Amino acid sequence: MNDALWYLARGTGVTSLVLLTVVVALGIANRAGRPAFGLPRFGVAQVHRDASLLAVGFVLVHVISLFFDVYAQLELFDLIVPFGATYRPMWTGLGTLAVDLLIALVGTSLLRHRLGLRAWRVTHWLAYACWPLAFAHALGSGSDAGAWWLRTVAGACLVAVVAAVTWRLSTSARATVLSGDTR
Amino acid sequence: MTRLHVDWTACQGRGHCTELLPELLAPDEWGYPRSTDDTKEPAVPVALLPHARRAVRHCPRLALHLVGP
Amino acid sequence: MTAVLTAGRLLGAGHPDLRGHDTAHGPLPRLPHDVLIGVVRDAGLTGHGGAGFPTHVKLAAVRGHAGGRRPPVVVGNGAEGEPGSAKDRTLLARAPHLVLDGLQLAAAAVGAAKAHLYVRPASAGPLARAVRERRAAGRDPVPVVVHQAQEAFLSGEESAVVSVLSGGRAVPRDKLRRVTESGVGGAPTLVQNVETLAQLALVARHGADWFRRSRTFLATVTGPVGRPGVYEVPHGVALTALLAAAGGPVAAPRAVLVGGFHGAWVPAAAVDVPMSREGLAPYGASPGAGVVIPLAAGECGLARTARIVGYLAGAGAKQCGPCLNGLPRLAATMAALARMEGDPSLPAGVARLAALVRGRGACGHPDGTVRLIRSAMTVFADDVTAHLHGSCLDGARP
Ligand code: HEM
Ligand code: SF4
Ligand code: SF4
Repeated sequence: MNDALWYLARGTGVTSLVLLTVVVALGIANRAGRPAFGLPRFGVAQVHRDASLLAVGFVLVHVISLFFDVYAQLELFDLIVPFGATYRPMWTGLGTLAVDLLIALVGTSLLRHRLGLRAWRVTHWLAYACWPLAFAHALGSGSDAGAWWLRTVAGACLVAVVAAVTWRLSTSARATVLSGDTR
Repeated sequence: MTRLHVDWTACQGRGHCTELLPELLAPDEWGYPRSTDDTKEPAVPVALLPHARRAVRHCPRLALHLVGP
Repeated sequence: MTAVLTAGRLLGAGHPDLRGHDTAHGPLPRLPHDVLIGVVRDAGLTGHGGAGFPTHVKLAAVRGHAGGRRPPVVVGNGAEGEPGSAKDRTLLARAPHLVLDGLQLAAAAVGAAKAHLYVRPASAGPLARAVRERRAAGRDPVPVVVHQAQEAFLSGEESAVVSVLSGGRAVPRDKLRRVTESGVGGAPTLVQNVETLAQLALVARHGADWFRRSRTFLATVTGPVGRPGVYEVPHGVALTALLAAAGGPVAAPRAVLVGGFHGAWVPAAAVDVPMSREGLAPYGASPGAGVVIPLAAGECGLARTARIVGYLAGAGAKQCGPCLNGLPRLAATMAALARMEGDPSLPAGVARLAALVRGRGACGHPDGTVRLIRSAMTVFADDVTAHLHGSCLDGARP
């Protein structure tokens, strides 16, 4: 029984990282203001949103399965407040923080129209803290941290995000020159 | 009749709306939405309302608004 | 520029100090707000800042929002960013108390708790003195604050004024919500040109019938005329009579720019049109803020227009895509036409770009620019043809 939970926690954890990577990479890529991956711009945005909702789902399963896992010894408290856990508090805390930010990101985004552009944009930049936290958490706290396959997945995630940033910077520099718009 | 309003101070011509609502909006040569009937605030036929709402939800700059009943 | 005045109630009877003002105009009647708005409607008073919007409609709109959380605010607008115009500063110097009377009337009409005056830096000091003079005399129930406007073409745009007074930048705002509903600090706001306020003070004193009979307006005549300046003339005066009042054009002009840089060219054949909305409508013009500029003899109308469009392209707030991208392109195309580049596609290019920018900005700047360009392309149609063939009717050389 416990083994099943443990597998579930690891599986959903890795999936969450991959989904978050997709979300962040597409979020960044779409800022370039050009169609990407053969998708129209609104399609990229749609996948960005859907993947983020999916990520929330996987993250919740990930967290709940750990909550019931005796080895992790998590209290309800630790799911919300970082760095209080008894088992690897540092690495677990990073994960908790990432979850908090994820909830904040998705919550504010669903209320985007009510929040107004400025406030929403400011909160949305939390994404640049959320993803690295999740990334570090995945590498540092899992039982699979040293495994080749996790390293491969993490490496691919890093490459995806770096590629998105590079692509955006290259195209936005060009767009700025073209339109004179520096915003 | 519901109409579509563009907040030009916010719009950056990202083109999501012109993809989602080609019946009413086409990109101009700089990528900014231009109403296909060349009106300032194009009327949205009832059949297109769901698409228009989707475009409003999607605008990354919150620059699109539906106005009127 | 020297202001030369004709006898009229705005400037002729004007007096910079309160005693003189009282003697010239008599006491300010206190009318219930609905009565006052009714009188303004019957008088047919419209805005003198440029757009010519019916004043009673704005008053009623702001009054309609008076019951809300924030009490309404009124703003007297004397920013006068139009380079050809000097009538607002002249009025503020000559008859500040007429404007301040109007400001109080407007405040009473809409139920405002606060009033602002937004004027050019040079007008601010004397005006603040006039405000103090009235306060000392216990004249003004609604407190008035004087603000210095930036000297820029668009500084007087209604939503830009509201933006500044709300602590923001002096750039136009989106008009999804009108300032009459949510303006300065979110309060329902009435922004009214200072001349309109002075007119309001006359309407309240003399009534709608008097106003319809004796209505005057302020015009600034600049350029090649005998005595450039600010003139108070009867509503609907013939354009020729206005030019004559300013000493007449130095030489018969081929066209006269009416309504300032957002205005339109009136061809020589039509210079006896009345200076009124209806009279000027066939030329796509309107009195606007009353700026009148004849074309100098031997000056090419296309070259002049291209220069103005160049100025306008640089005067935008650079925040709306179509305006930011389109006006410089329009200016470049007009300049090419003015330089007599023989490219036959230039007129079509002008028409295409004009249609592309019109109606697509947060403020009226693209539309005003297009109005000027379209009138130039019509009035100077022969010049366009000549330019495309490398010659100029006015003798200019490429
Ligand atoms: C329902 C949830 C979400 C919605 C509706 C949403 C919506 C958006 C939109 C519209 C943009 C484009 C902003 C622009 O182009 O100006 C964006 C950008 C972005 N999003 Fe999201 N998002 C959501 C969730 C997330 C989550 C959970 C993350 C990360 C963990 C994320 C990361 C990003 C990033 C990194 C950008 C680029 C931001 C920038 O550089 O300005 N988003 N998002
Ligand atoms: S989606 Fe929004 S920002 Fe993009 S072009 Fe349309 S209105 Fe402008
Ligand atoms: S239309 Fe032009 S001038 Fe007006 S606010 Fe927009 S960018 Fe500025």
